[in-house]
Amino acid sequence: MRQIETTKAWEGNRRIELADIFQVAEKKGEGPDETSIRIVGDAAKIRKVGYKMSGGSLIVDGNAGMYLGEEMSGGSILASGNAGSWLGTKMRGGQIEVKGNAADYIGAGYRGTTLGMKNGSIIIHGNAGHEVGCWMANGTIRIKGSAGIFPGIHMADGTIFVGGNCDGRAGAQMKGGKVIIGGQLPSILPSFSFEQIQDKVKVGEEKVPGPFYAFSGDMNEEGKGRLSVSLKNNPHLKWYEKYLEA
Amino acid sequence: MSELAIRNGIVFDPLNGIEGEKLDIYIKDGKIVKNVGASATVIDASGMMVMPGGVDIHSHIAGSKVNAGRILRPEDHEKDVETRTSLTRAGTGKSIPSTFTTGYRYARMGYTTVFEPATPLMKTRHTHEELDDTPIVDKGCFPLFGNDWRTLEYLAQGRVEECAAYVSWMLRATKGYAIKVVNPGGVEAWRWGRYITGLKDHVPNFDITPKEIVRGICKVNQLLKLPHTIHVHTNDLAKIGNYETTIATMDSVRDLAHDNKPIIHITHVQFTGRSGSAWHNIGSGAPEIGDYVNKHDHVTVDLGQVVFMDTTTMTADGGFQYMLYQLSGNKWMNFDVEVETGAGVVPYKYRRNNYVNAIQWGIGLELALLVKDPWRVYLTTDHPNGGTFTKYPKIIAWLMSKKAREKSVGRINKTAQKKLDLPGIDREYSFPEIVIITRAGTAKALGLRQKGHLGIGADADVSIYNLDPTKIDPSKDYRLVRKALKRAAFTIKDGRIVVKNGEIVEAPLGRTYWVDSKVSESLMKDVESEMRKTFDDYYTVQMDNYAMDDNELANPSRITVKAEV
Repeated sequence: MRQIETTKAWEGNRRIELADIFQVAEKKGEGPDETSIRIVGDAAKIRKVGYKMSGGSLIVDGNAGMYLGEEMSGGSILASGNAGSWLGTKMRGGQIEVKGNAADYIGAGYRGTTLGMKNGSIIIHGNAGHEVGCWMANGTIRIKGSAGIFPGIHMADGTIFVGGNCDGRAGAQMKGGKVIIGGQLPSILPSFSFEQIQDKVKVGEEKVPGPFYAFSGDMNEEGKGRLSVSLKNNPHLKWYEKYLEA
Repeated sequence: MSELAIRNGIVFDPLNGIEGEKLDIYIKDGKIVKNVGASATVIDASGMMVMPGGVDIHSHIAGSKVNAGRILRPEDHEKDVETRTSLTRAGTGKSIPSTFTTGYRYARMGYTTVFEPATPLMKTRHTHEELDDTPIVDKGCFPLFGNDWRTLEYLAQGRVEECAAYVSWMLRATKGYAIKVVNPGGVEAWRWGRYITGLKDHVPNFDITPKEIVRGICKVNQLLKLPHTIHVHTNDLAKIGNYETTIATMDSVRDLAHDNKPIIHITHVQFTGRSGSAWHNIGSGAPEIGDYVNKHDHVTVDLGQVVFMDTTTMTADGGFQYMLYQLSGNKWMNFDVEVETGAGVVPYKYRRNNYVNAIQWGIGLELALLVKDPWRVYLTTDHPNGGTFTKYPKIIAWLMSKKAREKSVGRINKTAQKKLDLPGIDREYSFPEIVIITRAGTAKALGLRQKGHLGIGADADVSIYNLDPTKIDPSKDYRLVRKALKRAAFTIKDGRIVVKNGEIVEAPLGRTYWVDSKVSESLMKDVESEMRKTFDDYYTVQMDNYAMDDNELANPSRITVKAEV
């Protein structure tokens, strides 16, 4: 208890102790896996919550800040409000669930690196920002709402599912993995090639009913990724169907 | 200024013939003196090694390409962050530390002088801006001349004296210290998307060959009487079998030497000492190069030792950097600096299980061990190209201990283990020899008479390490050596204690050395009027805006020499 209160943290460029900004209360659990941490209040300006977490559960009752669950390898995080950018960056395992919206770079790698999320799953019930799963290497990201531009940019493997609309450029420079857009996508990048119409797609264990237009790419990277776009919500892509006959 | 007495230390000062004697060293007003008064501050150095402050002859610490590397690699900084203290500034590090962090880390290791070895002429102002922000250490920089159009034109026309006057003007304009040559003619060819190989290919658009450039620049250096020799990064760097080019470069100026004095410095020989005919049979050319250096007095070399780590390569050799990008597939940058030079940056990770990287690691160590005269081989990693300067203690441990080498050899690529001569080399460096390759020898090569030794009148740059050389055997206790050299017990810069127990206690601003070689006024007048025309023809910058003012440097130290022309 005392140890938690005196844990050092940075506030801007000043060194503080957790007790300076939190009221700490405790209920004992058995070992780390039964332990749960609960942060109550608006934590939108608190960064790196759940950094390198390996087990147990963490609940943010309110908004969470940037880098929530960075490099986590196990356990679960639940944020009842919104989450900031870099959610689950470099994640290796475990689960993150955000009830509200999340900002940019979900499951991405740090700037300049080429290794994003490696494993685990992220679920966003609201909308997501730009570049979801940038440099993603594996794992699953599910977004129930819509996403900004460039979901799955540079991704090597894993699955990104966007239930709502996407602002465009899905799968740019992807080398492998799957990007699924359930809503509307303004256009397909010219470096993707139309393959077939799928009845359904798999997101983790779950099967999402289609039909979907399925593309492969990104040819610029000699990529073997799969981009699936809802047929029903994208009538403007109907012209691709003529390639089915050939 | 206060007085200092360093008592009972075990002193290594090879330039003055002191090799591990228990002596007291006295300091007054930033200089080593014979004696001090009773009120002097006393440092008890009993059981400690006392030696001159480290002098690094080749380390890319400042300038436009270094900064480009910083911009290219945010992930490099993320791994290594230093927070600010009441004395030191915050900074980031790893392979391309920020300026302040660079100064602190050198000082913590006991280094007090560092030279930035490649700065494009017109970007040297930027280099100095960064050097002015690099605290504690004294520094200087070597501007690039080997692919500069006007240098090539003068040399192609055989006008060596005019070229000397031009170089003199440029050194004054850029506040440079020595002449650096990078892949002479090759970078100029690369800027037209072409490669030239060896010393005999013609440089496109100029009636000149790399050999003629090296010879011409060497003559210029002699005419200007610069304190350092020409500092050469040879042609064909990183290519297979390039040790022959390296030897040919050294041999191309052999007849210009006199009085057994060095006239050419070949830098980061590890990158230019490869034998073989293809990537799968690449080997070490260090035995051949070592043999040549042993037989010829006119050459000095530095290692450019590889350390297995993730680092950032950066050089003015744009063509090489493009080749490295093609090999590695990493992100890359390339630059074209108007009519002067090129440059490039590529991140690179040296892996011990990679055959070529393991051979590279072996070449550097073999060279250090095979060159018999420690006064002509210097310790560098070509920071950050072969590894960071913070790895010097590790390399010193390898040089001092066969056991340490054997342990590392056992962990590298198996084919490389068999290919290298390194496991069969028994030589182990002694402490005086280490002092020579890191301090005394480099200071001598740079022509810094007041550095690299602890004689009366020398600059009071002293490093003290918590290691008793009488009690340990570096061959067996190499771990202790490594640990002690990482953090100096004391670093003294100009008579001020700047580091205590590996922590910064004061961070003054060091000097920036530059060389003003005066040529005759009439010659300079002729050359200046020619230059005014070429500035109009070639440059985006006016001649009058090009040169740095004498008062632009924060703490300049001019070295004046009288040229022969």
